[in-house]
Amino acid sequence: MNAPTEAAAVRDAPSREDRARRQAEVVAALRELLPPHALLWQREDTQPYECDGLTAYRALPLAVALPETEGQVAAVLKACHNLRVPVVARGAGTGLSGGALPHEWGVTLSLAKFNRILRVDPLSRTAVVQSGVRNAAISEAASPHGLYYAPDPSSKIACTIGGNVAENSGGMHCLKYGLTVHNVLRVRGYTVRGEPVEFGSEALDAPGLDLLSAVIGSEGMLAVTLEVTVRLVPKPQQARAILASFDDVRKAGDAVAALIAAGIIPAGLEMMDKPMTAAVEDFVHAGYDLDAAALLICESDGTPEEVEEEIERMVAVMEGAGATRFDISRDEAERVKFWSGRMNAFPASGRISPDYMCMDSTIPRRRLADILTRIAEMEVQYGLRCCNVFHAGDGNLHPLILFDANEPDQLHRAELFGADILETSVAMGGTVTGEHGVGIEKINQMCVQFTPEEREQMFGLKRAFDPAGLLNPGKLIPTLHRCAEYGKMHVRKGLLPFPDLPRF
Amino acid sequence: MTATMGAPETILPAVQADPALAALVERVRAAQAQGTALSIAGHGSKLFYGGPPVGEPLDTTELAGISSYEPTELVVTARAGTPLETLEAVLAERGQCLPFEPPQFPGGLRGRGTVGGMVAAGLAGPPRACVGGVRDYVLGATLLNGRAEVLSFGGQVMKNVAGYDVSRLLAGSLGVLGVILEVSLKVLPVQPATATLRFELGEAAALRQLNAWGGQPLPLNASAWWDGMLLLRLRGARAAVDAAIARLGGERIDDTLADPFWLGLRDHTDEFFAHARATIAANPAANLWRLSLPQTAAPVQLTGGEQLIEWGGAQRWWCTAAPAATVRDVARRAGGHATLFLGDDRGEGAFAPLAEPLARIHRELKREFDPAGVFNRGRLYPEL
Repeated sequence: MNAPTEAAAVRDAPSREDRARRQAEVVAALRELLPPHALLWQREDTQPYECDGLTAYRALPLAVALPETEGQVAAVLKACHNLRVPVVARGAGTGLSGGALPHEWGVTLSLAKFNRILRVDPLSRTAVVQSGVRNAAISEAASPHGLYYAPDPSSKIACTIGGNVAENSGGMHCLKYGLTVHNVLRVRGYTVRGEPVEFGSEALDAPGLDLLSAVIGSEGMLAVTLEVTVRLVPKPQQARAILASFDDVRKAGDAVAALIAAGIIPAGLEMMDKPMTAAVEDFVHAGYDLDAAALLICESDGTPEEVEEEIERMVAVMEGAGATRFDISRDEAERVKFWSGRMNAFPASGRISPDYMCMDSTIPRRRLADILTRIAEMEVQYGLRCCNVFHAGDGNLHPLILFDANEPDQLHRAELFGADILETSVAMGGTVTGEHGVGIEKINQMCVQFTPEEREQMFGLKRAFDPAGLLNPGKLIPTLHRCAEYGKMHVRKGLLPFPDLPRF
Repeated sequence: MTATMGAPETILPAVQADPALAALVERVRAAQAQGTALSIAGHGSKLFYGGPPVGEPLDTTELAGISSYEPTELVVTARAGTPLETLEAVLAERGQCLPFEPPQFPGGLRGRGTVGGMVAAGLAGPPRACVGGVRDYVLGATLLNGRAEVLSFGGQVMKNVAGYDVSRLLAGSLGVLGVILEVSLKVLPVQPATATLRFELGEAAALRQLNAWGGQPLPLNASAWWDGMLLLRLRGARAAVDAAIARLGGERIDDTLADPFWLGLRDHTDEFFAHARATIAANPAANLWRLSLPQTAAPVQLTGGEQLIEWGGAQRWWCTAAPAATVRDVARRAGGHATLFLGDDRGEGAFAPLAEPLARIHRELKREFDPAGVFNRGRLYPEL
């Protein structure tokens, strides 16, 4: 499927010749700046870049630049800016929302060659790494010092820190340890004009507005990241996990709320429903309870004394919430086994269905059971199956809608199903994306979540960094035009009601 | 509290329904039309911070109240004018807190600080280095921009990457982008155990020790060093705090002495800050500087000054008569920046000047959020 990007869609359909002419112009300019092997424009060479982890959307860029030095990055950006060519920065291409989908009138800027860990400093507990360094490689390098980089998205063995900065990636442990924005001190890179720029600092704050907060999660729309200083944290002495079974998803949802009400912040708190458990058990053979309507994986970490005490409290709370069975990891191997299924939810889904679509909305935790009920109704409505895994501690849902793209109409129904989940999440007080980003995939639902004035203010923020709108255009924030075509109203606005409640 | 309040699906356009909000919107609309400068203030407890206030006061205290609090969600939403004391008391009733301990400076016009002022100033107390700062706990915000539009960003959930993170950008913005109307904050359970230890250590040794401890799985929470003495606060699970006390040594300070000390440090009422204020009153050339440095930065020297180090080395307070250029240069060479926190001489600006392209991005952001330049002129930088 070939989904045109926003900018291309609103353009008057240009001819093939127009595009060939533009491509020749851009390639001629970039050839002056890059060695021959660092510039691709032939169709067979650019094809591997036509999509990211969201394979349903594809587009070929005019060219792919693979600079090897910072000077080359700056020069490519300057040249593209002068020619008014869109630039889409790209890391490992593992993103799940099409954030790195090429622009068919643009240049894809691959930062794959910036893959060096520049410094790991155990005393300051920081690492300085280039943007193309893999997430897991940072923790591996820090490990000899008893330190690690906390955010751990499922794709951590492949995804890059530059991509994590673009998406504000989370992971399994972010309720306790935070997201990318909580674990990055400084981002160094280039503006759209090719000027060097630095956001944040190696101190805990920087003068002026906290632009680092705006840049993290900006999906490559504000600047190009080349180097990141991350915070490292001490590895806990011990971690243990509990597998708790529930005969009703509502009870599992209540158990999540009860744990937090008891003052416990689990190091990890994940939920899988029955279909998901069956799919992953078949894949990893972890010995999951296949009779449970929902499974919770609940992790405690800290000193051995701390963990012992916390595991006892967690079990007591979940027992009170109606858990029917507990398995508690006795050693590290068993803990890893408990997590293996959760970590493999996506590939396991790939085995039971030709295609799947992964959603990523977040809702208030208390609505977990409600949304599961609604999703079960939607399965009937759209005639498609759905397996559910949740970062329950954060209320972040990953329903996996199963479909077969070769069957006519199934992709379309899957898209409608997905849109329904996102819009239902917004109506429940949540958001369309917890950690995968808007990209191109959820851009229509942004019309539902934000008012035209809010979207215009976000465009204003982008203009402050990128007046000509050349960095990754068409992603993240939908235009008024696009929302008008989508035709759905936003559902929330302004302050919450009842400001003067009595004390409680 | 029994039921969830403010369920978002029941939200109605709130502007007409809320006289305090309607009044603010009207003031901003008029100010924008006439090009009037507005100086946003809640309790006015932090008006000394940043550039001097310019324009007509815009009081946010009428816009007060906790809009929504669901302890099991770890989220509270409060309107800008809500007193910080009120918010913290409500959280404490449910065993929760704002772990970064925002300061409540005395000497405000109307009180010791509001929720809006806490976010706008972006100041955090002693645990900042261990638990994060204001921006780390902001989940969402509603803003009144310079076009008198009421805009909501972020939300009430822990993870949210829909659109740019405008709400976190407001933390420390000193009101230059607009009036913060309401914020949603992540809250956490109060930790069960706390202990304070005292060590006699020189500056360099204390900095080295703090950073070495920081790399170990210890329940560190706050630190303060001055004049050869290091105080360290541990906070966490009982078992973890007890194990750390046994391991670290030092002299245990009784909580009845330690608690008021940390509170005084938070609110700048303790001896060091009292002495700094007295010094400034007696010597107009003296200033209180806040140096924000990498935690591992070597000791810095400023002639004739007195120093207090917090945040494991990341925040170093200097009361000194050294010229601004000297202080800024020392901070920059140590890898950080210096803020003129308190003092009479604002000629050099309160905050370290920005180089291009950051300065340009700041000017452009100001223009996009507040095109008529209505809000808090000069509080952050003279040109904003």
